[in-house]
Amino acid sequence: MFLRDIGVIPGPRSAGRQSDEAASITNLSRRGFVAGSGLFVIGITLAGCSTYVEPEIDANAFNLPPAGPSPLTEVTGGDATPALWIAITEDGTVEITCHRSEMGQQVWTSMAQIVADELEADWDSVKIVQAEGHERYGDQNTDGSRSVRYNFHRLRVAGAAMQQMLVQAAALYWKLEPGECTASQGKVSNSQNSDTLSYGNLAELAGRLQVPAEDDITLKTPEEWRLIGKEIPSLTIPLITQGKGTFGIDVDVPDMVYAVVARPPQVFGRVGLVVDTAALAVPGVLQTVMLPAPKPPAVFQPLGGVAVVARDTWAAIQGRNALEIEWADGPNAGYDSEAFAETMKQTARQPGQVRRTRGDVRAGLAKAATTVEAEYYAPHYSQSPMEPPSATARWTGDKLQCWGCVQDPQATRQTLADLLGIDKQNITVKPTWLGGAFGRKSKPDFVVEAALIAKEVGKPVKVTWTREDEVRHGFYHAVSAQRMEAGLDKDGNCTTWLHRTVFPPISSTFDSSVATPSDGEVGMGATDVPFAMPNLRVESGDAKGHLRTGWLRSVCNIFHAFAVQSFAAELAHAAGRDQKDYLIELIGPARVIDPVTEGATYSNYGGTPEEYPIETARLVHVAQKAAEMAKWGRKLPAGHGLGIAVHRSFLSYIATVIEVAVGKDGKLTIPGIWLSVDAGTVINPRHVRAQMEGGTIYGLSNALFGEITAKNGAVVQDNFPSWRVMRMGEAPRAFEVDIVQSNRAPAGIGEPATPPAAPALANAIFAATGRRIRQLPMIGPGGNRLALPKTPTQTA
Amino acid sequence: MAITLKINGKDTTVDAAPGTPLLWVLRDHLKMTGTKFGCGIAQCGACTVHIDGAPTRSCVLPHDSIGASAITTIEGVESNAANAIREAWIADDVPQCGYCQSGQIMAATALLAENASPTDADIDTAMSGNLCRCATYMSIRRAIKKAADTL
Repeated sequence: MFLRDIGVIPGPRSAGRQSDEAASITNLSRRGFVAGSGLFVIGITLAGCSTYVEPEIDANAFNLPPAGPSPLTEVTGGDATPALWIAITEDGTVEITCHRSEMGQQVWTSMAQIVADELEADWDSVKIVQAEGHERYGDQNTDGSRSVRYNFHRLRVAGAAMQQMLVQAAALYWKLEPGECTASQGKVSNSQNSDTLSYGNLAELAGRLQVPAEDDITLKTPEEWRLIGKEIPSLTIPLITQGKGTFGIDVDVPDMVYAVVARPPQVFGRVGLVVDTAALAVPGVLQTVMLPAPKPPAVFQPLGGVAVVARDTWAAIQGRNALEIEWADGPNAGYDSEAFAETMKQTARQPGQVRRTRGDVRAGLAKAATTVEAEYYAPHYSQSPMEPPSATARWTGDKLQCWGCVQDPQATRQTLADLLGIDKQNITVKPTWLGGAFGRKSKPDFVVEAALIAKEVGKPVKVTWTREDEVRHGFYHAVSAQRMEAGLDKDGNCTTWLHRTVFPPISSTFDSSVATPSDGEVGMGATDVPFAMPNLRVESGDAKGHLRTGWLRSVCNIFHAFAVQSFAAELAHAAGRDQKDYLIELIGPARVIDPVTEGATYSNYGGTPEEYPIETARLVHVAQKAAEMAKWGRKLPAGHGLGIAVHRSFLSYIATVIEVAVGKDGKLTIPGIWLSVDAGTVINPRHVRAQMEGGTIYGLSNALFGEITAKNGAVVQDNFPSWRVMRMGEAPRAFEVDIVQSNRAPAGIGEPATPPAAPALANAIFAATGRRIRQLPMIGPGGNRLALPKTPTQTA
Repeated sequence: MAITLKINGKDTTVDAAPGTPLLWVLRDHLKMTGTKFGCGIAQCGACTVHIDGAPTRSCVLPHDSIGASAITTIEGVESNAANAIREAWIADDVPQCGYCQSGQIMAATALLAENASPTDADIDTAMSGNLCRCATYMSIRRAIKKAADTL
């Protein structure tokens, strides 16, 4: 396997990519041009025959007219011009540009699989080049579980176009028709003799040919795929096991100094008074830098405060500890998350803004034989990737170079231009590997800090966020209150569904006056509810944001799925029915749902209703499959229970069944989890299984232990003991994943396993103990046991 | 004050402020960035190195308290156990983002060096100090057992 670390300047090439301008980082190797010389000797010794010597192709000998512009700049998904994505060096190395950020979802490998398959590259010759942030790549915002979905088609086209150009080059050389030549595994052969020409040899000539139009490009059929859909080993993991690979926090540039920042405890709090004498006396501390206080709205601005610059990170942290700062209150000083929870619950008890409606909910509730109501609450969460935010900035005159663990290098570049008042053309942003992200690193405030401090210091600066910084100064998952009401007829069938959702919208980070959840947010699990009852209404209530609210893995699906799927099981209980059977009945007959026909403004994660309809049959299929895997209905030991949840998000369908074991003392273990996922076309089943496990545990960790609270506008938690996350010993004992075989359009994988985790767990705990948990976290940071009231709390 | 540390078998002179944790000496002074910062208070295990073979959190270990003890980092760990762990990690795609995995590999290697056939309970005990937000826990458990089988 031929691997190259990230961050290297692409060298000159024979069939070249438009090269990134990011400068090298000293700890990364630089590969020069592989000088062409001599013959390409490929020994194919046939019995009794002479050895075939591949002739060196001189592209200049062909007197080709200059090629016209690429006709592939606007295919579905964006620019598919081969030179943007692929460079083949003379030694046959196939360099594939990955414009998305690698954060553990294995996007380097999956993007390469797509390109290399259509290109018919030899997989062992593939190297990845990480793209800098630039519009020429189209969308680079690595969130929303859409890297494959957005790029599958155009990367196939790019690979196939390049392959056709290589074939055409070989045909030119051999004076044959392209149809007489075949590309396979990095070589072109022909139907006339046993000669072959390698990609490295053909690359320069191929690079001078006209890029074919999309109509003239033939993509492989799925049966012909060698790499797509196959269990191809990761391109990054061999490096990881050696401690290699450059994360944001690992960047090193010559003459660099290190900084940490003391930030105001409240969003829009300010430095009142600072005395830095003691800080400057700490050995290794070089200087302090005042950062400008942000003005509302927060957007991606740094929070202000005081930076301490030192010769190493530890000295900077010690210096920060020695700062004497009096903080001045800002407009969020009164925020108390406990009191705010009550406010939101009150809001959810009042009629809200109608976001989808069917039938007559008021009449339905009035006529119901039984009504059921329940309120659910989920707290703020912190993304807490294992690598906290970190970025390095270097100024050269008015030019700025930044390296960091960013999910969205284009937004980073734009934010830097806006906040530093410099031309975007003078800024380069190079994503490193991301040590996890989960939404935190789509906000580039930490890169701006590095740029501001470096400008002041006159040297390259690396800013590192400590864990305390990450937990206290984040862009948090929205706190939420949900109120559910339902009516059942005398046979227990659900006739009426009312869901009210209240949470501070992410838009409040971008416009402080916004308090109404957006269509996109309520479309994550509330207005796209797939149930068939005759009366249905989804409403939202307003809530103001007091912390910076941001995306966190699966976003609003977390609390919506928790409420919807928990309540479905509550209704089953009220009707005296099996929760899995009742859930499938709620979903109802096989059909396509379009929330728009019932008054919703629904964006469907940007997917068209034609390509990505909401199909209830796919939901039911995964629910039945997961139940079958879990042997649903089997006799369980005392204290054990099974819970199920099924949820569509990011255009994927996932059902999760969880078995819990709860001791009489409330001690909880998870003997097994069974999950079925229908994500359409899958690029690499290994990646899907990993994301199903990871996404599920992420949801369980939050549901069991996670809670960010605020007092006087400041976050209370600071590090892993108070902001608790799941550990090895608490993880499930068994985890089985079923991937539905499908040739449908590819859907999201990184996020959709998270939403069903919490309700499946809550439903399992109810099955085991009779305790219905509606308020998260279930256990919290301190304890190790579930509180078990003497009587169940069912409100039916 | 300059002192000499024995890192991955080599005597290495460093000049950091007294009390500076080994983690920052490795990362910032020696540019050995394979050992990661995660919490700074020995709660996450990302900074795990071996001191005379024992898994140790380098974020709370003053570099000037180590003396002549042998320091081994992810860049230098070589043993039958380490090789078996690395092979199992690669074969099963254990890491996701990989950030915590230097620490995971150092902890798992130390476990296998001491216990050639760990049970689930042994693994839980040895590995519960190493957090992974990608939640590779199930994969780690499977891979440790696989690695143990090859030894």
